[in-house]
Order: sequence, then structure tokens, then C-alpha cells
Amino acid sequence: MTETNEAGLIARILGGEKELFHELIRPYERMVYLTLFSIVRNEADAEDGAQEAMINAYRHLKSFRGDAKFSTWLTTIAINEGRKRLRKAKTAAEESIEEEAEGHEGDYTPAPLTDWREIPLEALERKEIREALRGAVAELPDIYRQVFTLRDLEELNVEETAQALGINANVVKVRLHRARILLQKRLVPFLRTTAPSRRWFFGRA
Amino acid sequence: MMKLDCKHVWEHISEYIDKTIDAELREDIERHLEHCEICSAILDSTRNILVLTADDRTFELPVGYSKRLHERLEKELESSEKDPKKE
Repeated sequence: MTETNEAGLIARILGGEKELFHELIRPYERMVYLTLFSIVRNEADAEDGAQEAMINAYRHLKSFRGDAKFSTWLTTIAINEGRKRLRKAKTAAEESIEEEAEGHEGDYTPAPLTDWREIPLEALERKEIREALRGAVAELPDIYRQVFTLRDLEELNVEETAQALGINANVVKVRLHRARILLQKRLVPFLRTTAPSRRWFFGRA
Repeated sequence: MMKLDCKHVWEHISEYIDKTIDAELREDIERHLEHCEICSAILDSTRNILVLTADDRTFELPVGYSKRLHERLEKELESSEKDPKKE
């Protein structure tokens, strides 16, 4: 959907054609769910949170000014919903640990290797491959996982990600870099030994 | 022209993948990649992992998610007596 179409839809919804809200949010269902999931980390909560976020977006649609993209605005609402849920579930002590993680200097060097045989998308038909990928993302520290989700899964750009999370663009870049390296480091040893090469797949197909 | 060591290349992998790196550094990295099989493999594996993770099959939506979402929204739309503008 183009931004012009969106602006038109929003104007009509605010003008009383409420039913069009279904159409407005349809392209973002996955995005809102993934945003929630990156924060609350369980399916049931993420789904419930996604519903709440969409309802909040509807209720506050009139406050959407159009200076941000609708997708970014919606992502911000989803993040707020996720954080609200997390606060309810967490103790204050745990929250302060999360904030400290920002300055944490970990080891962000990739797993060394001398050759990489590309793992084809067909490998995703295997459950253990999907689980390993999801598991590695789930294990990222919260602040890295959230940036990774917005940038690499939802394909927001650096500025949009920064805006949605309320952090600056350089912080987005640093966190994204670390997230990607941590994923490489964790997944390379597993994928190398477990995932089939393309040749293997074609050989059996 | 600067000669890069591997560690320096790793620090810029993410920007290199995103093509947000400045032209000069990009050229230095490319020259390094031509002869460094470790950095090449690290770059290839990182890119590969990003493609795999971003595939829709990796993070699947719960079955029936969309249907339930629209049903809940429908209830909200029906129950909102006034339109959102006047809220």
C-alpha cells in the first residue's frame, strides 16, 4: 500500500468509514505480531498484545499526524504495548538489570571459519533448522533482539527503528551489528553440521 | 590505501552488509576479502543467516491469528459508538 493510499484510508476512517480500518492494518499484521513477540517472547502474549496494539491504534488514529510513516507509528504503539506487558510481568530488580545491559561489553567477534557453503531456503522445511534460528534470536539480549527484529525481520530502516524505539540512530547501528554477530557466532557451528547443503537437497529431491 | 586486519573488517560487517559504509572503507574491505578466506566465510555465513532468519517460515504467525485479530477489531469497531475522531 502506498503512503498516499494510506493517508486516504485514514482520512476516510476518521470520517466515519470505520470498516476500512481492517484494510488499513492488514499489511502490518505480521509486523505488529513480531514486534510484540520480540518483547514478550511468548506466542499467546504476543498475539493478545498485537490485538491490543491494533485496538489502541484505532482508538488513537486521530492523533496520527503523518509526520512519521504509519508503519513506524504503529510499531511504536506495538512497542509500548509490549513494554507495558513486560513491566507487569517483571520485578523492578529485573528491569534495572536490563537497563545496565546497554553498557555491557561482551565478546562480539564472529565464529571463525574458512569456507561457507550456502544453506538454501529449502532447509527451512526442517523443523530443527527453524527452531535453531528462532532459539538464537530468542537468546539475544533484549535490547539487541528488539533492534534486530525491527531492522532485519520487519525491514524498518535505521531512522524508523530509532524513532520507534526512542533511541538514536548510532545506537541502532551498534545494537544491530552486535545482534548479527551474536547470531552468526551461535548459529554457524550448528548450521554447518546440521543443515543440508544445496547439493544434498537437489540430490534427494 | 589502508591495509585492514581481520578484526577491523569484522567491526564493519554489519554496515558492509547494509551498504551504509563509506566508499573508501568499502574498497579496503573488498580488497581484504579477495585474499582472506576467513573474512569471506564470516561475511557469507552472516548474510546467509540473515536471509534464513528473515524468511516468513522461520517466525510463523500463530494459526488463525489474522482471523482472531479481525474478529476482535470488528467487536471494537461495533462497540465504538462514536467515530475515533470525536473520541
